[in-house]
Amino acid sequence: METLEKKSVAEDPILEEAFMTRLLNGEKIEPKEWMPENYRKQLTRMMSQHAHSEVIGMQPEANWITRAPSLLRKVILLAKIQDEGGHGLYLYGSTETLGTDRSELIEQLHEGKAKYSSVFNYPTLNWADIGAIGWLVDGAAIVNQTMLAKTSYGPYSRAMLRICKEEGFHNRQGYDLMIAMMRGTKEQQEMAQDAMNRWWWPALMMFGPHDKNSSNTIELMKYRIKLESNDDLRQQFIDRTIPQAEIIGLTIPDPNLKFNKETGHYETSDINWDEFFNVIRGKGPCNKQRMHNHIQAHEEGKWVREAAEAYASKHKQL
Amino acid sequence: METNQKKDSQWKVWEVFVQSKTGASFTHCGSVHAPDKEMATQYARDLYTRRSEGRSIWVLPAEDIVATQPTEAASLFDPADDKIYRHPQFYKFPKGIHM
Repeated sequence: METLEKKSVAEDPILEEAFMTRLLNGEKIEPKEWMPENYRKQLTRMMSQHAHSEVIGMQPEANWITRAPSLLRKVILLAKIQDEGGHGLYLYGSTETLGTDRSELIEQLHEGKAKYSSVFNYPTLNWADIGAIGWLVDGAAIVNQTMLAKTSYGPYSRAMLRICKEEGFHNRQGYDLMIAMMRGTKEQQEMAQDAMNRWWWPALMMFGPHDKNSSNTIELMKYRIKLESNDDLRQQFIDRTIPQAEIIGLTIPDPNLKFNKETGHYETSDINWDEFFNVIRGKGPCNKQRMHNHIQAHEEGKWVREAAEAYASKHKQL
Repeated sequence: METNQKKDSQWKVWEVFVQSKTGASFTHCGSVHAPDKEMATQYARDLYTRRSEGRSIWVLPAEDIVATQPTEAASLFDPADDKIYRHPQFYKFPKGIHM
């Protein structure tokens, strides 16, 4: 990282200094303006990873469309999944403004060069998982994305504002589903608790490694791409989610959980980072399946893209 | 287009502008990939107006948009800075006169 920084300073120290001053003044950077190469690189990496996560995230939820327990729950789930696809498209569009085509970004995903959020490598085993995803996974995403709406890159910030509005629906429909389960039979309550037990820790991992182990965070914060650290964001999520769990009778799967009256924050056990890095390295329960499905859908859609293009060019000639 | 036959097509980029209500300006809200104007309109509708955000949509090929460069900003916009007489506030009248 240091060598890259030095290199970009060496590229043009005067422009870089003016750029950093603009960031400190809270200005937004727009696509055609000068930016350090490392700023462009970090943004492209982070935004494309975000876009891939939205699209891969459609898979665990799609698993339950045909088995939704009522027509209302089914249309809600369909609308939510359509939103996730939309979020992916907003983000691909914003990433493209940095100079990389969507086709190349998708190629990077398929070749394993780009990542997506590891949380989507866990399976959705019972109906309450759909509630847990909306409430916990989207809840964690909202904390992160509310911060990102203030990011220094204009197109990313604008995409986030739009996404945050829609995530509110995702989060609330999830919690609403969990309430319905907790008001149900003993079996339904057990399903909700089971989903809680399996999604709580992966949701906490979504914020990434501890600040002291996150080399990207330092640079992302320097460039005001991120305005708050992984640990601070995680703590915000923990503090606002635990009361929501308790009020509907769900237990947080953490024997060491306690509220610190002095700090006003909840304290949890440490996260199982071995599990986190294992899933990132491709050894999660569903990594292979998620990537296989994405590649398959992409390849099977190829003739549609070609046919539409052929149709368009034929009508242009006429 | 013919030269790109071997490459997987993601179609060209269209910029999307939405008018949120009657009388409002059309506001840029993002982009879509589409092979032609009909599909660009359809995709823009699906992507940017799922919650009644619009009553009318413009789409146009991104490659046809002409934009000024940020580096030109000084020569383009600075000359306006010293023309304060273009603003109504420049003109002061005695008390008691209502314009």
